[in-house]
Amino acid sequence: MNEQILDMLKELRPEYDFETSVDFVMDGLLDSFDIVSICGMLEETYGIKIDGLDIVPENFSSVAAIRSLVEKSLGK
Amino acid sequence: MITEFKGKKITSMLGILPENTVLFDDEVSNYSFPPNQTMRLKKLMGYDRHRLTKETTTVSDLAVYGMKYILDNGWISADDIGVIITVTLCPDHFVPHIGNIVQAKCGLGCDVISLDIAQGCCGFLVGLAQAFMMLEHTDKKVVLINGDVLSHKVSKRDRNDFPLIGDGAAITIIENAESKNIYYEMHNDGLRGDVLKIPAGGFRMPSTPETAKMTDQGDGNFRSLDQMHMNGSDVFTFVQTEVPSMIAEAFIREHKNIDDFDRFLFHQPNRFMLQKLADKVGIPYDKMPMDLVEKCGNPSGASIPLTAILNCRDELLSRELKCCLSAFGSGLAWGLMFIDIGALENCEMIEAPL
Repeated sequence: MNEQILDMLKELRPEYDFETSVDFVMDGLLDSFDIVSICGMLEETYGIKIDGLDIVPENFSSVAAIRSLVEKSLGK
Repeated sequence: MITEFKGKKITSMLGILPENTVLFDDEVSNYSFPPNQTMRLKKLMGYDRHRLTKETTTVSDLAVYGMKYILDNGWISADDIGVIITVTLCPDHFVPHIGNIVQAKCGLGCDVISLDIAQGCCGFLVGLAQAFMMLEHTDKKVVLINGDVLSHKVSKRDRNDFPLIGDGAAITIIENAESKNIYYEMHNDGLRGDVLKIPAGGFRMPSTPETAKMTDQGDGNFRSLDQMHMNGSDVFTFVQTEVPSMIAEAFIREHKNIDDFDRFLFHQPNRFMLQKLADKVGIPYDKMPMDLVEKCGNPSGASIPLTAILNCRDELLSRELKCCLSAFGSGLAWGLMFIDIGALENCEMIEAPL
């Protein structure tokens, strides 16, 4: 899943290096509209519905955080 | 504030849209983001087209156009009107007020009470509540004008804000009549007010050549201090936090549930936020229109009546709809109203060459 998430991030913002950033949002790699786009990509890819209350910057700060969000939405 | 009103009824609704429609696809090149990235937002946010007035058009222009339509078509007569309530973020001037301009240009009597209220996204609920209170003191009708031309105050190079904005107005006629109780609650939190703000142009920071300078906000969007800025992330979190709990608590308090309502007519920020809200509250999508941003743009306080007219006109003319209205936004403010609307005497959407 990590690779899939990384591919999505690279597709969305190919100009950034997501592998060296420690916090995608704090480092300015993702803004709130990128987060909306990623939500759409995750929901489509994994067939999930992300709870609105979970759409906060900290859940999109790293690949691990996004993965945790997906797993939570999958009910794991 | 939580309260109830009795014996008040909406009898007519008119939507006034500027005839100029601009397509989102044609604006993509205005933004400093890769087009494919911007187009990805089209479906998710519901961006497609928005109605924009001419740069010289004001809210009173839309309101006068609508009021003359109402009077000319005999919906009501000038003598029927006791109160004009105008709710907007976009005054023609600091002085005189829009209601007075409408009163003069439509030939209404000098005994008509005119009241302008500065309010944004919650403007329809705030205006209705004010109308209900005024109706306690008159047998005449209240004309509620909700209108904004916020496109004049949003940067065309601001992808966060401009695609969702639309100009427009709505005129709602309210009067004393037999009705079921109307439930109303409204909340405000000024501590979070800066998340939706036009910093300059008032007395605190008058507009100057300096405040009009367009600057890169560091996120690829360009805007000036004279223009509106919305912190989308904070607004989203605010809505997802406050609105579902407000509705859930009101349902318990009023012994209601989703099935008790025919329509959930909410303020229209964008499709993504509304879908998340509907999912959280458990509202079926077919009971909750979400297409105003897609078809017209978000016209702030006029969003609820325009959504109602756009999606439910025929039903509103033929029968009573049990409606749950909710609005949320600038202030910050958020509110809720349970009200039966219909069968209306008149309900139309018109286009204005403005």
